[in-house]
Amino acid sequence: MSLFHPYTIFPLGDSALLIDFGNTIDETINNKVYTLYSHLKNKSFPFIKDLVPAFSSLAVYYDVISLQAFYKGSTAFESLAQIIEKLTLQTIYPSSTEQRNIKVPVCYSLNFGLDLRELEEIYQVSAKELIELHAAKTYRVYMLGFLPGFPYMGEIDQRIAFPRKITPRLNVPSGSVGIAGNQTGIYPFDSPGGWQIIGRTPLSLFNKNTRSQPALFQAGDQVNFYSISEDEFEHFKSRHS
Amino acid sequence: MSLNILKAGILDSIQDGGRFGGQYMGININGCMDLFSGRLANAILGKELHGPVLELHFPSSVIQFKKEAIICICGGDFSPALNDKAIPLNQAIVVAKDTVLTMKRLLSGMRSYLSLLPSLDLMDWRGSFSTNIQVGAGGWKGRSLKKGDILNYTQSLSYGGMLQGRDFVILPWKPGNLERNTSVRYLIGCEWNWLTLDAKLNFEESIFQVSSDADRMGYRLTGRGIELKKNIQLISSAVSFGTIQLLPNGNLIVLMADHQTTGGYPRIANVITADLPLVAQKRPNDFLQFKLTDLATAEHTLIEQEKYLHYLRDASKFKIGNLVHVSM
Repeated sequence: MSLFHPYTIFPLGDSALLIDFGNTIDETINNKVYTLYSHLKNKSFPFIKDLVPAFSSLAVYYDVISLQAFYKGSTAFESLAQIIEKLTLQTIYPSSTEQRNIKVPVCYSLNFGLDLRELEEIYQVSAKELIELHAAKTYRVYMLGFLPGFPYMGEIDQRIAFPRKITPRLNVPSGSVGIAGNQTGIYPFDSPGGWQIIGRTPLSLFNKNTRSQPALFQAGDQVNFYSISEDEFEHFKSRHS
Repeated sequence: MSLNILKAGILDSIQDGGRFGGQYMGININGCMDLFSGRLANAILGKELHGPVLELHFPSSVIQFKKEAIICICGGDFSPALNDKAIPLNQAIVVAKDTVLTMKRLLSGMRSYLSLLPSLDLMDWRGSFSTNIQVGAGGWKGRSLKKGDILNYTQSLSYGGMLQGRDFVILPWKPGNLERNTSVRYLIGCEWNWLTLDAKLNFEESIFQVSSDADRMGYRLTGRGIELKKNIQLISSAVSFGTIQLLPNGNLIVLMADHQTTGGYPRIANVITADLPLVAQKRPNDFLQFKLTDLATAEHTLIEQEKYLHYLRDASKFKIGNLVHVSM
């Protein structure tokens, strides 16, 4: 696969840069992000401290001191940008990973769907319709971010693609399923957050003691939601705790 | 052979240079808020710069050293005292067995850092000792320190000969040239050009105030509202320590050490790494003003800071090495 899709490189402060493929949710672009991510990861450059892939961008955290030691003359940012530009001129093959499908139970009750009432009022949509539309599609996990194990999934039916809340909530309970624009996601931990909360899953999304893969989801997964009752939610919780 | 917490502070935790390598699954970096002071404390004791230190907030824990140790406190000035006698910041201090460290009064800053010789027996989670409170991992049991906690030393060092019955002895060396820049310099962010011309001028000229909503995750600022040219929804993308995001209500937030790995608000600017300690020592209601700089300056300042800490560490390591050798 060639990475000839146009991208821009921009400083994200003085110790990271952002390779940006455009402000868009697109499976092809997202695949390119992860192909470039794996490629850079496998190169094990000593000056790269971390890589943060997202929907359509890849951030590269670097060590200014060791980059400067390697490439004197220009800024560390320019040196690394040049390395990346050279790399992307070559053909990069995506690493083949097995496609997984994960079924996620969600209780869309008013007790758990903290914003359902407000969404009904503001957007003139019934909670029933909203829930049906949310559970009808198969989503792709485009990235993990924001919180440990938080999956960003897309794309949401346009009819329920509500913008984030104007004032973020100070505490969103763990397991909460939310909507923000075209995206849907699940909070693995209690956290402040601005997503519109429509339900809650009893699944545990992050296990700190699992060394290799502590997060339930990984980028590229396919996800389906199915509706459960509050009783089923409690039953599931007690079985898995 | 331990450090005991006699009384808990409001938020005292183990932090280090940060946890890298897990951001692809949303594991945030954590680490010292004021990375300069945290590393300075280690440098003065000749220790690994990015190694773990205690990050203290005021009111702080009351700490007893159950066995002799050499300590150094840097960062915010909380009037530290050993057995009620005042001690200086930024100096190595040999402490006798059973001595009690208290922080008497908040004089300046927001966070103080305590480094210690010998090292403490702590929990490494995914390559770092920093405490991730949300996950409950790293540092000391993945949480802030509580009354009754007993943090063991990894080894026993004896400095008894130097103390000659005293509670503590202040060692003579001090770091020089510690003055810092007072304005907070920034680089323009990825979405800087989403701002109106007025908003850009506002950002450069306004004086912002740190709101009460300022913690290890981020500092919300209040000031003149900043406006976007048009309301574009940003697809979630990486943010970093120092990223200044524009919230939909026109207010700004500076992301700090416990920041999320990615975010969906426009990144209008980034505070340069070398000036982040200035922000980290601001308290609610403090004022701050941002000053534009360029990448070359940001990198140069960062490199100078690193060099300074490395030289200091190497020099201190030599001095400490001689001391330990003599006394053992």
